[in-house]
Amino acid sequence: MSLLNLVVAVCLAYVAVLFLVAFAADRLAARGRATWLKSPLVYTLSLSIYCTGWTFYGAVGYAARSGLEFVTIYLGPTLVMVGWWWGLRKLVRIGRSQRITSIADLISSRYGKSNLLAIGVTILCVISITPYISLQLQSITLSFSALADFDPESQYSEGGVVFWMTAGLAVFAILFGTRNLDANERHHGVVTAIALEAVIKLLALLAVGVFVVWSLSGGVEETLARIDASPIGTWQVDGGRWASITFLAAAAFVCLPRMFQVMVVENDDERHLRTAAWAFPLYLLLISLFVLPIAAVGLDLMPAGTNPDQFVLTLPLSQDRPMLALLSFLGGFSSATSMVIVAAMALSTMVSNHIVMPVWLLFKGSGASVSGDVRHVVLMARRVSIGGIMALGYAYYQLSGGGAALASIGLIAFAGIAQILPALVGGLFWRGATRLGTLAGLSVGFALWLWTSFLPGLGGGLIPEEVMLHGPLGLAWLRPEALFGITGLPPIVHSTLWSLSLNAAAFCIVSLFTFPTPMERLQGAQFVNVFDHSAGPSGWTGSVAKSEDLMIMSQRILGAREARSLFAQAAAEQELPGQLPEPTPGFVERLERVLSGSVGAAAAHAMVGQIVGGSAVSVEDLLAVADETAQMLEHSSQLEAKSAELSRTARQLREANEKLTQISLQKDAFLSQVSHELRTPMTSVRAFSEILRDTEGLGAEEQKRYATIIHDEALRLTRLLDDLLDLSVLESGAVSLNMREGSLADVLDRAVAVAGAGFDAPLSVNRDRAVEAIALHTDLDRLAQVFINLIANAQKYCDAEAPALDILARVRADRLEVDFIDNGSGVPADVQAIVFEKFFRVSAEKAGGAGLGLAICREIMQRLGGDISYLADHGGGAFRVSLPLAQRMAAE
Amino acid sequence: MSRRPQPVFLERQGYRRRRLADAARLLPILGAALLAVPLLWPRADAPGGGVPMSTAFLYVFGVWAGLIALAAGFGLRARRRVGRGEDSPHGPGPA
Repeated sequence: MSLLNLVVAVCLAYVAVLFLVAFAADRLAARGRATWLKSPLVYTLSLSIYCTGWTFYGAVGYAARSGLEFVTIYLGPTLVMVGWWWGLRKLVRIGRSQRITSIADLISSRYGKSNLLAIGVTILCVISITPYISLQLQSITLSFSALADFDPESQYSEGGVVFWMTAGLAVFAILFGTRNLDANERHHGVVTAIALEAVIKLLALLAVGVFVVWSLSGGVEETLARIDASPIGTWQVDGGRWASITFLAAAAFVCLPRMFQVMVVENDDERHLRTAAWAFPLYLLLISLFVLPIAAVGLDLMPAGTNPDQFVLTLPLSQDRPMLALLSFLGGFSSATSMVIVAAMALSTMVSNHIVMPVWLLFKGSGASVSGDVRHVVLMARRVSIGGIMALGYAYYQLSGGGAALASIGLIAFAGIAQILPALVGGLFWRGATRLGTLAGLSVGFALWLWTSFLPGLGGGLIPEEVMLHGPLGLAWLRPEALFGITGLPPIVHSTLWSLSLNAAAFCIVSLFTFPTPMERLQGAQFVNVFDHSAGPSGWTGSVAKSEDLMIMSQRILGAREARSLFAQAAAEQELPGQLPEPTPGFVERLERVLSGSVGAAAAHAMVGQIVGGSAVSVEDLLAVADETAQMLEHSSQLEAKSAELSRTARQLREANEKLTQISLQKDAFLSQVSHELRTPMTSVRAFSEILRDTEGLGAEEQKRYATIIHDEALRLTRLLDDLLDLSVLESGAVSLNMREGSLADVLDRAVAVAGAGFDAPLSVNRDRAVEAIALHTDLDRLAQVFINLIANAQKYCDAEAPALDILARVRADRLEVDFIDNGSGVPADVQAIVFEKFFRVSAEKAGGAGLGLAICREIMQRLGGDISYLADHGGGAFRVSLPLAQRMAAE
Repeated sequence: MSRRPQPVFLERQGYRRRRLADAARLLPILGAALLAVPLLWPRADAPGGGVPMSTAFLYVFGVWAGLIALAAGFGLRARRRVGRGEDSPHGPGPA
């Protein structure tokens, strides 16, 4: 079996193992049993996709060309990780609490969910990363051809390898990156496979390093001596490049879509950062530890003109160590594939979420409300995007010819991605950063990067020689590598300096002069003050603990018995012993439905999400909860109003009932009274008329006396009957009013005269004639009847020693009010309510009339458009007669 | 949203914890400063020759390893404190 065939076979077997690992990890994660998958170790190893094929092969080449400068690529991320407390911690917290799915999503969310920004960032990322992907394809291809060179019997075709490589990686990314749509965009399978690849590439590089140092050179001392003796034996690093590449690497480490994916999106527990803060720099240190020795020894041993980028592979081959070479090849293969897969996944998430889906929804109109429908489309969009991105990388590789031009593309990609940094840092720490500022900064930075770095860096004459030397249209100050006439800087330093500084300047200035929308301000506060708004790091605590938490929460909401039976039933369905089921997606969904019946869908989702997802509540969740709460409040206030109304009605009914009972009692009492009243005069009339008829020899005097008694009693009967008749006429409304003009004083005069007649001790009436000069247009006789009744009542019932009656008249707002207030003890409080009822009498002993007087008064006043009422708070008996004056006004 | 009012003075342990967090935060600055030192070294074409690569190599990787060790030390200290339940929910905020 030839070496190349062996390599192909090992590659296929390796990919198959990766598939199996990814598949198994996905299965475990779906069952919630993947404890070790969520350990800080896997998190740290997954970060290693920072080390791509560019690192694996290119670092040695870089070192062979420029000495120790290669280390800046790893020093930048080291500083970022060591300083995790400054920024990464916040970034990860925000990513979790806002359910961020990509760097574009983060920028868009921060600046008021602007899709324009998301599209801009996505395009920037795609343009920067596509050449980077083709760089990986190139590194795999080069390693294949390096192996082929040592294999005399191979028929190696470069084009075929690249094509099948690309297709295979696309399939892998599609299979594991878009298997399901998780709200958190986490892909346990892919992350686990990447962690495995991280171990492979580290082991491979360490193996080659150990071989070089101890086998080829004979020890550490000798190796160091060999380094000093090599062409790169002296420290000669350009300060500007040293600083700016360190900075670029640090910026790119945070902003690269694939790094953001594994660092923020795939993060399971914020506390993993604490471990990764030292473990990942350690990984980087180990990866770069042997780079310099390999480069130095390679330069020493390999024939001149050998590509130093392939030393890792060709050095073992030249020393006849094919197995070591194979391991090294696998390491390079791992580096390239893991980067390509994650980059394609991350980019496809951005492309599908921010470009394909909005466009699709726009064309689809409002018909996309079915969730299953959209999920399908999203998955499809992701798959197509991955395919598209890989195709772009392949096309770029073919176009560029896979030459040396690609080698510099890594740094150029870093510089492009770093343009996101001002928007990101500003968004995390400055509430004043606005959407327009970000847009301006990104546009300026992007344009400058394209002009000064990307287009010249691509080579192939994309920018004509003429323009490179003299600027466009002869404008020398616009020369791509000497903007504003500043020459002599290394191109990457020049580009970084101008693009990032002007980017940041535009970002700050436009932000200062624009005003953010409410959504931007809300999101700004959420992001900048994320530690005030979100819960502390809540890690994964094991599925049983999660079930317990769910149980405790459900008991509070559903009640202990219901919750227990629900959980027990679910546990039985999962065929688990005991009362606690596994928190499978199905069970959690069902629980959420049950809870939403009690607390509303949004609140249930937020509560369950808090426990299961470990993710904090988003603004939308809060708004939805607030809506529901508002609805419930409204509902309960409506209920309260209804219940108040009911109790009011009940009270009124009770009062009415009491009144009815009282009236009924009075009616009974009155009936017996009336029969007594009728009976008494009738008895005397009968008795005296019998005396007149039967007694002989009555004197004329006596006859006259008896006849007078009979006459008086008959009058009494007539009066009683008159009153009853009068009342029934008034009540039936058949009374005809005799409306006339007159003055209140006259009416009162008449009433006082009539009422006072026939009493031995008339009560003293106090009046103020001056105010009584009020013209009336009403039925004067009826009004006088009311007054007479009131005055007579006072005469009869006032129990003071010197009875007195005050008559007070006044006009208040078109109404005439006349108060009759005596100085007696008044009407007892318990009967005040029924004083105007028919047949009411204060006491049977003082039976002067039939108890119809006040009832008649009220009827009369109501006919006249006025009213009569008892004033309870005047000490003595007090009545108020009120009468509208509108008629008088109309008459005048 | 309401932040619990934080005490102005802390007992000894809390004070130590905050200073530890301060040190952890200063670490990247220290690292950047130390890693900028090689820029001051004489260039290869300077009179008397430049710094040998092995020295540069040992210096850079030494600083690097030191940073890692310090970060690991802080991380483990902080974790032990969390294990004892001392970490405040907001972490050592801007004290």
